[in-house]
Amino acid sequence: MYVSRRARYLLGAFMALVLVVMYFPILYVARLSFNKARSFAWPPQGFTLEWWRAAYHASGPREALLRSVETALLASAIALLLGTLAAFALTRHRFFGRNAVGFLAVLPIALPGIVTGIALNSGYHRVGITLSLFTLVVAHATFCIVIVYNNVAARLRRLSPNLEEASSDLGADMFQTFGYITFPLMRSALLAGALLAFALSFDEIVVTTFTAGSGFETLPLWIFNNMFRPNNLPLVNVVATVVIVLSIIPVYIAQRLSDGAIGASGR
Amino acid sequence: MSERGGLRRRVSRALYQRPRLRLALLLALPLLWLLIAYIGSLVALFLTSLYHYETDPTGLVQKLVTTPSTTNFHRVLTTDVYRTVAFRTIGAAVSVTLIDLVVALPVAFYMAKIAGPGLRRALVIAVTMPLWAGYLVKGYAWRSMLDPAGGVFHEVFGHSPGFGLTGTILTLAYLWLPFMVIPIYVGLERLPDSLLEASTDLGAKAGRTFMRVVLPLLRPSIVAGSIFTFALTLGDFYMAQIVGGTTQFLGSIVYREFSANLPFAAAYATLPIVIMLAYLFAARSSGALEEL
Repeated sequence: MYVSRRARYLLGAFMALVLVVMYFPILYVARLSFNKARSFAWPPQGFTLEWWRAAYHASGPREALLRSVETALLASAIALLLGTLAAFALTRHRFFGRNAVGFLAVLPIALPGIVTGIALNSGYHRVGITLSLFTLVVAHATFCIVIVYNNVAARLRRLSPNLEEASSDLGADMFQTFGYITFPLMRSALLAGALLAFALSFDEIVVTTFTAGSGFETLPLWIFNNMFRPNNLPLVNVVATVVIVLSIIPVYIAQRLSDGAIGASGR
Repeated sequence: MSERGGLRRRVSRALYQRPRLRLALLLALPLLWLLIAYIGSLVALFLTSLYHYETDPTGLVQKLVTTPSTTNFHRVLTTDVYRTVAFRTIGAAVSVTLIDLVVALPVAFYMAKIAGPGLRRALVIAVTMPLWAGYLVKGYAWRSMLDPAGGVFHEVFGHSPGFGLTGTILTLAYLWLPFMVIPIYVGLERLPDSLLEASTDLGAKAGRTFMRVVLPLLRPSIVAGSIFTFALTLGDFYMAQIVGGTTQFLGSIVYREFSANLPFAAAYATLPIVIMLAYLFAARSSGALEEL
């Protein structure tokens, strides 16, 4: 289709505008964390490290950070194991109900978070499990499985079966083939999946609301509980910036490691 | 060969000869996890929704009745507030989807058909990254920007929609935009340039080519994107709380009732499930599900 030069410029300008709108709110919060004034009134004033110092010494955000990291590490470790197993099962085998299993893995993120959250909550309730770190980790792992699965399955589909056949022709047993051939080729996809799972869990609040024990405050929950208290806003700005940085870094690395774009289907 | 190596070889051979056993070993853990933790929970949710609370004759004590009944569903369907909130949420989901579609089409078109390969890769990363991080932080950022007293909107544009339904729809459209851009971009990238050139050769102007050739071929991608924007809005309640003022969404009521009256919350939460299943069913015919 012939697109006139003027239309090209207009589309380019629109693209730029959308990117500005996309990133402005995030950068604005980061800027506010250095703001001299306590309010988030425009324009920001001055530059101070006072709030970062205060946040560093405040116990609330630090505890919340530890809990978020703890949850995300455990959940992504479980998701890494289960997602990888599922990826091998579904890409290497043809069996009855294969599509159903794939659908089952996507379901926890295909349904709205509130459904997943309240379903897990009533599940725990019914079995008589009290909400705790355990229930939160189980919930996060459940919706992270598909993230790992997608990354690993995409790599497996691209992996030529000839390599593994050559390995066994040369006398390697299955474990040797896995250790010397398959795993090294999979490593970056596994890492990318785990990093994305970590980021997703670290950032999650909806399912968390329904599955974390009372008093168990993750970093996003801490932000929510404090954003309506004007006195705490400077601290919220700092914590919000930390959350963004801590979840964007793993996503960026994962993006570099994975083969294609980490698409919308990941979530 | 060592003893361990010998054993390993035997196990390897045994597994090699039994693909079904291999499959069972791979599938057992993830399948059990999903069935017990997730499907089990959904069943529990459904069973809970059949319970209800009844006020005992003294009118003071609420008693949980565990005999299955459709009391909660009846209440959902016949109470005005719950119906209004449900329609408001669906309306918001439609608005968010339309806004995202209008913004995503030119953006995805620029990425797929105008930007060079290097810029394209950078743009894909730039658009995808916000998808993964800072859901709550972005809501908080919009809260600060929408603030009628001194927020960016008020100071820079002279007018802020303030905290309410409009603010919530804007914030949600902002949050879910990448979910619409990415599938449309993927769809456009797959669209061969020769098709567009053929349309031009046959005398169609850019606008006509877009309406008659590009849009129909993009339908599955658009539907795929809309599944995300629609479902995510349908289940959201945090943004209504953060930037919505007194606006209530479907999720707000589920959230409010969840600690007070879990059976009713469970019944109300089946509403988004039913709507989404209907949506997915309708989307199936367009081939959109393969795009997810």
